[in-house]
Amino acid sequence: MKKSNWLLLVFGLVLTLFLAACSGGDDSDSSSEGSDSEGNAEESSAEQVLNLIEVDEIPSMDPSMATDAIAFQWLGATMEGLYRLGENGEVKPGIATDHEVSEDSLTWTFNLREDATWSNGDPVTAHDFVYSWRRAVDPDTGSSYGPYMMGGVIKNATAINQGEMDVEELGVKAEDDYTLVVELENPTPYFESLATFGTYLPLNQAFVEEQGDQFALEADTILYNGPFTMTEWNHNQNFVIEKNPDYWDADSVDLEKINLDIVKDTSTAVNMYETGEIDRVGLSAEYVDQYAGDERMRVIEEPTLFYLKMNQTRSEALANLNVRKAIQLAIDKQGYTDVILNNGSVVAGGLVPANFVNHPETGEDFREINGDLVPVVDKEKAKEYWNKALEELGTDSVEIEMLGDDGESAEKTAEYFQEQLQSTLPGLTIKIKSVPFQERIRLNEEMDYDLQVSGWGPDYIDPLTFMNLFVTDGPNNNMGYSNEKYDELIASTSGELAQDPAARWDAFLEAEKILIQEDAAISPLYQRARTQLWDQDIQGVIVNPAGPQYEYKWAHIE
Amino acid sequence: MARYILQRLGYMIITLFIIATVSFFLMKLMPGSPLGAAQEKLSESQLEIVLDKYGLNDPIPVQYYTYMKNLVQGDLGVSFQFDNREVTGILLDRFGPSLQLGLQALILGSVIGILFGLIAAVYHNGVIDFTSTIIAVLGTSIPSFVFAGLLQYYIGVKLEWLPVATWDGFEYSILPTIALAIFPLATSARFMRTEMVEVLGSDFITTARAKGVGKFGVVFKHGLRNALIPLITIMGPMAVSLLTGTLVIEKIFGVPGIGDQFVNSITQNDYPIIMGTTLFFAFFFILVILIIDILYGIVDPRIRLTGGDK
Repeated sequence: MKKSNWLLLVFGLVLTLFLAACSGGDDSDSSSEGSDSEGNAEESSAEQVLNLIEVDEIPSMDPSMATDAIAFQWLGATMEGLYRLGENGEVKPGIATDHEVSEDSLTWTFNLREDATWSNGDPVTAHDFVYSWRRAVDPDTGSSYGPYMMGGVIKNATAINQGEMDVEELGVKAEDDYTLVVELENPTPYFESLATFGTYLPLNQAFVEEQGDQFALEADTILYNGPFTMTEWNHNQNFVIEKNPDYWDADSVDLEKINLDIVKDTSTAVNMYETGEIDRVGLSAEYVDQYAGDERMRVIEEPTLFYLKMNQTRSEALANLNVRKAIQLAIDKQGYTDVILNNGSVVAGGLVPANFVNHPETGEDFREINGDLVPVVDKEKAKEYWNKALEELGTDSVEIEMLGDDGESAEKTAEYFQEQLQSTLPGLTIKIKSVPFQERIRLNEEMDYDLQVSGWGPDYIDPLTFMNLFVTDGPNNNMGYSNEKYDELIASTSGELAQDPAARWDAFLEAEKILIQEDAAISPLYQRARTQLWDQDIQGVIVNPAGPQYEYKWAHIE
Repeated sequence: MARYILQRLGYMIITLFIIATVSFFLMKLMPGSPLGAAQEKLSESQLEIVLDKYGLNDPIPVQYYTYMKNLVQGDLGVSFQFDNREVTGILLDRFGPSLQLGLQALILGSVIGILFGLIAAVYHNGVIDFTSTIIAVLGTSIPSFVFAGLLQYYIGVKLEWLPVATWDGFEYSILPTIALAIFPLATSARFMRTEMVEVLGSDFITTARAKGVGKFGVVFKHGLRNALIPLITIMGPMAVSLLTGTLVIEKIFGVPGIGDQFVNSITQNDYPIIMGTTLFFAFFFILVILIIDILYGIVDPRIRLTGGDK
């Protein structure tokens, strides 16, 4: 018996050794691959290096094809357009030093700097903008953001995209190498901030054509002209952003390097932050409580606004004004942001977010001037509207469907709203319908829903980016809202009032009141915030209201 | 043998064709569009132009024909979510980490599992048996994300013995390998024990013992070989599921593997990647089954691959 025991033990040991040998082999194998990354880890203890995570692979580094936050973030870091956003959404010089606007506000002439170069040494010229903008609206490119960002702004952009005009007819010309003349379709007072957006970045024609299919697919098939360049791009794994020594304003750039790992799971990211592998991490609701009071915590208010869309075309009840008013007042939004979201988000009283745009003369915040157009909650008043509505509809029970998707806290949101609405408004039944995100987008497009929580982040710094959503038949309306007065006011901001900033501002204020107070078309819910932990020695990172989320150009580590 | 393999490869092509066809049409039944949130921003006519550009406005049979035509030429197309990136490249890129992780987990899990099962069977109803049963039950019943989370927290964050996550060399693969190995370990231990107990109780083992064969010889020469056959049967599918990646482990440990890519492409309606991964997984599965069939013959010559052929 004892003898065989020994035999088994020996066998076990042999197997263990064999296993160890196996993994040992793997070790030597992969340590050669891993050697440069170990180098990174050592350097990261040095100055001016940021170690961050990105939550997903960069979908595209092609400015014409980019559509999402991650793409615009890293395009913004590695490339530069006419202008760049600085602190508080202020427009700073980029490739353009300044511009003149014609009297009718339709022609903008940008003067470009002569010392800006691409990473292959070519100068950045006005022709690069012409080429890139034409490419963005060319139907053959198949860009989504080209027609979206330029249509109705740059002269003929929409017509060219629809194939009705030649791409050469686009309202952008290089008068000489360093003078760019842009013709607009309508006066666009916010064109400055629009010109900082990713879709408006320049492209070097010779390089793009030389790369063909391979353009922007790897770190070395992209040309950079921004404060940083991408030096390594291991897809879905990690990428490295380094200071661009040839950038015209390289003296202002302190940061030498940003190492980015792709980590999709929040707890994993928090664990990496705890071990010091990364310098900043975003917290989900459950972590916010855990880190409450931590001095590394920063709450970043975004100008992204969420509201309840009420489709007036499908449900008879929602076509009734008093039903919509009742819904606006019945939900306790404070409870929602505090308990369900718990990430620093604040209750919103209108469509235009707080701390986003200021009055052109007094500098007062838009939200402050218009105030809360709906109170946080008023269940008594909600009941009054509801009883009136039931009388008008001649019924005592109403069933409304609430569409939700599979995103974070979507289920809890739907249940919270269901409970709030049903308990406040007697006779109301809310049926929850949960579908995948992509399907929700489709149902929204086809207006096949009653209620849904929807959100919007700005594409440029002007109230119009929000107010434009609900004009009659606007591509984002999708709820059958239509008010002639509202449409007129919005149209006037790009028409007769375009050159009168104060009057234009008043038009937006009035339009917002019509939308939310008079017509109760939407029910504002909350303005989103992110709660993050930051290493305290990181300074000067600007959080942008639109375009790239973070600006690292002026960042430094103390 | 060669003829047998050729024949099997022939069947494989037919099977793949059927799988491609069925998945293509099923995929097109999926709600949503690959343009995702960007389409919310476009007017209808702008949207049409983008859809036209990608051939998404063609009738589905036409899309199917185009896809199959390209497939025959070995062209899996380009991705939607990663603009213009070739599907073949993405699959190869992302299969690497999954393959490494899967192989490591398979070897670690099955070798330890078999060993556990063996010892448990030899000393069955003893302490070792009891322990290995507990491990087996825990291993199959604890969800892998719990185990992965515990490993990451205690070994990565508290003890700082190994990196918490991401994919940068062998030491980064240790924690995910262990997390991934628990299931094959538990499963093979359980199977091994049951089979071995049965085999050790059979007549030919008694005969061998009577003939004076030592315990070692009985267990390894006569017992193990016979007990392995059912294990090989479950090893096939287990190997495939390990090697093709797992969403949970890959997400938790930040591994750029193919399991995460597959699920991701489905939620994003990235049709070319969904098709590419499905076909790739199918191909892989069929291949592994073929290998398993050949292995049977090696482990047990009574199982013949070919009727009377040499």
